[in-house]
Amino acid sequence: MSSQVHPSSEPARWRYLDQVRTRPGPFTNPDLFSGEQVAAAMESMKILVIGAGGLGCEILKNLALSGFKDIHVIDMDTIDISNLNRQFLFRQDDVGKSKAEVAARFVERRVRGVKITPHNKRIQDFDEDFYMQFQLVVCGLDSIEARRWINATLVNMVDEDVEDSYKPLIDGGTEGFKGQARVIIPTVTSCIECQLDMHAPRAAVPLCTLASIPRQPEHCIEWAHVIAWDQEKPFPALDKDDPEHISWLYQKALARAQEFNIQGVTYSLTQGVVKNIIPAIAATNSVIAAACCNEALKIASGCAPALGLPDNNYMMYSGNDAIYTYTFRHERKEDCPVCGNRPRELPVSGPQQTLRDLLDSLADRPEAQLKQPSARAAGKTLYMRVPESLEKQTRPNLEKTLAELGLEDGQEIAVSDPAFATVVFRFTLRFKQ
Amino acid sequence: MTEIIMSQTPPILHAPSEKERKYDRQLRLWAASGQSALESANILLVNSGVGAVGAETLKNLVLPGIGRFAIYDEAVVQEADLGINFFLDESWLGRSRSQGLTELISELNPDVQGTWYPSENVKTLESLLVDDSQFTIILYTLPIRQGQLAQLEAYGQRHKTPLVAIHSAGFYSYFQLNLPGAFPIVDTHPDETATTDLRLLSPWPELVAFAEELTKDIDNLDNFEHGHLPYVVILLHYLGQWKASHNGNPPSTYKEKSEFRKLIQAAARTDNAEGGEENFDEAAAAVLKTLATPSLPSGLKEVFDHEHTSPAEQRSGFWLIADAVKQFYEKHGCLPLPGKLPDMKAQSKVYVQLQNIYKAKARKDAAEILEAVRAMPGGDRVDASEVELFCKNAAFVKLVNATGGPHAKTSPASRLKAVAEQEFSNDESASLTLSPLSLLPIYLALQATSHHVDSATPPRADNILAAIAERVPGAERNERVIQAAQEVVRAAGGELHNVAALTGGLVAQETIKIVTKQYIPIDNTCVYDGIAGRCQVLRL
Repeated sequence: MSSQVHPSSEPARWRYLDQVRTRPGPFTNPDLFSGEQVAAAMESMKILVIGAGGLGCEILKNLALSGFKDIHVIDMDTIDISNLNRQFLFRQDDVGKSKAEVAARFVERRVRGVKITPHNKRIQDFDEDFYMQFQLVVCGLDSIEARRWINATLVNMVDEDVEDSYKPLIDGGTEGFKGQARVIIPTVTSCIECQLDMHAPRAAVPLCTLASIPRQPEHCIEWAHVIAWDQEKPFPALDKDDPEHISWLYQKALARAQEFNIQGVTYSLTQGVVKNIIPAIAATNSVIAAACCNEALKIASGCAPALGLPDNNYMMYSGNDAIYTYTFRHERKEDCPVCGNRPRELPVSGPQQTLRDLLDSLADRPEAQLKQPSARAAGKTLYMRVPESLEKQTRPNLEKTLAELGLEDGQEIAVSDPAFATVVFRFTLRFKQ
Repeated sequence: MTEIIMSQTPPILHAPSEKERKYDRQLRLWAASGQSALESANILLVNSGVGAVGAETLKNLVLPGIGRFAIYDEAVVQEADLGINFFLDESWLGRSRSQGLTELISELNPDVQGTWYPSENVKTLESLLVDDSQFTIILYTLPIRQGQLAQLEAYGQRHKTPLVAIHSAGFYSYFQLNLPGAFPIVDTHPDETATTDLRLLSPWPELVAFAEELTKDIDNLDNFEHGHLPYVVILLHYLGQWKASHNGNPPSTYKEKSEFRKLIQAAARTDNAEGGEENFDEAAAAVLKTLATPSLPSGLKEVFDHEHTSPAEQRSGFWLIADAVKQFYEKHGCLPLPGKLPDMKAQSKVYVQLQNIYKAKARKDAAEILEAVRAMPGGDRVDASEVELFCKNAAFVKLVNATGGPHAKTSPASRLKAVAEQEFSNDESASLTLSPLSLLPIYLALQATSHHVDSATPPRADNILAAIAERVPGAERNERVIQAAQEVVRAAGGELHNVAALTGGLVAQETIKIVTKQYIPIDNTCVYDGIAGRCQVLRL
């Protein structure tokens, strides 16, 4: 093959990258590729990174070494000592400082010519105008809620007549030796909300088990966390990062475990249960972040087909038993509350169920995961959390049955949740009996 | 009473140390035992070629606290290194790449010691490898000079040191583990749900007595007691009933098990406030899984059938325990009980009693095996805790590289041909079976450039295909092999940072598994395709 390299502004430095990104290969789609424009186009592209943690540090390094020059990063966290085993842009002396700022400065120092703008804020602090300036968004988050928020925002921003309003979202996530990388083209491919049931929340332990029949060390810890803390209020508010608070919970849990002859309550387990700690290592972050940035390079340059355009859009990774990846196409859902246009079926036991049970069930359902739902039906307010006056007024409805509220099989209800302000979740009630 | 116990436990005693806090997120994966294995390890990276994948691999080993590392890298830092390698900067231009990488990677973790070669005293790879065995594992990146590879392989054989070959070029990479012999792993960390072994079809007397005591008057239990019978007890009770009416046989076919499940469901009380009983639901849901006749898991069977290639291997603790477990299995028709009881609806006291019955039986089985081990020549050296761990994980013990290593019956060349035949024939039906296409073409194309160290003349497709034709005749005409060769040509011997970082993550992960002897390493080659976004493991 005799195709020519089209060097960037610093040909010697970016030699390896330019050889691949500016020349077509056997899998390159010629209609989407123009070698001589790649380097300049990528240098002027603005790319947003959400999260400067385990994945975020890797993502910033990878993008800087993939030829992107104008990168923004959002993270409101500060550096903790437990980050240092994998968040390689941080040192002992950085503990307590802003992740976004320290990470941005480090990569700028190391990779000449890249500009990284840190935002020590929440993603919800920015509006659509802010997000509109970017051509690509790469997420390395540990919270499903934040992913759903940015996903809903980017889907909302799509204007069919404006090509630039489609912002590809590349999302990575890890847990121990496992992880996933996926590409979402808002309204074109399946979105994060379509895929929500692949990340089902862990089932909560029933309150009565915690209160009267604990069997596992975790039950004792949850008891200390949920019940004992409330009863005794040893400190004004629970700070899960304060060792004194965790020690208090640990003591309580240990005493309860001894009372019931249950073994296995440790400080480390207490911390893990209370903070819902997910194990994390450098190796998995390296794999998943690089898989995401590899897609960013392919999307930005067109030098090879990227995930999501149009076939496979999801790579599942598992590294505990050998190495296994499953790369597949996750289909869009017509009844997706964010990118679909049909209400979703909601199985309900029957007309005798109370509104409270119905709303509570939305938190546990893998495809819904709504923790603070408000609901309306047929133009009537069933329950609203805000404002306070309306909450007070609608609160009695919670104990009423669906029949008493005039809700029938097949009826549509509209649910909203303050975590996803722009989304209306439409459900069709389906009575089992 | 609670208060008294509390005041006896000083709070400071259990707070984690600085180091435990720093490594908290990984200690939850490999525990203190894995961490201490990592900290005793000494890794050599022979960083040949572009060298980004080597640096990325080391980063992921230094961060979690590998004990020591050394880099052997003959290159001088050039401008192109700064566009691909994060652990070099302007100040290193024209200087030793080995030293630059060592210094900037060492910054990641003050607990780790790094050294670099060639140095004043050790000028060649050969002289570095002259010393006694000092490296736990050696990683080397391709392309590499043939002579150096031969030195590494000789060292690996002499000292039984695992070698890992790594090749990353453009969108492609692969790495290959070369273990010195059969590599058994006990602490494989199977999924919790997979490890449940309740022995309901062959309960022991203590378990039977416990269940009978709780259910002898089952119909007259009050609703609370009835609704809190552990599902293990429920299943044992109704199994007794079933056997009584089926010539003493348990439900064995799918149809019978479905019937049995209905029997359980019908036995639940529905005249209570909840309109059902959760513990009976749990019992019904557990029927299919817990009433399966146990069979010998394939991983353990491989261990039982393994033919030793060296007497030293045969005398190791693992193989002595394996022999004892095999005897146990032949005598009792079952494996030692793991002893773990899953959570189930039950009163605290009853659950703990049941848990203790399982634990006691597991201890008894482990004691029997320990006794058998101790009776063997050399068995007195074997630690009781090693026996316990084996018994707990017996069903999930795994043998990696069982047929590889220096004593393998087949040569690597003939294995490659056999795998190629299999993979290409699978590909022909891939569109019917909806299975992904083989990544073997990528391995073949990269392997053809293993020793292409001259960066001035990049590899050419016809040379690559000719080299492939020598190894796997006919493969050079395969369309996907030709494409893979073209893609390797596009990279012109260069790396892409993302592919280097991803591969570095994979290699570090596998290195950690080998060093800690936890989780299951690949057997033995992993190929990555950055265009399709997926991996495949091949046994070559």
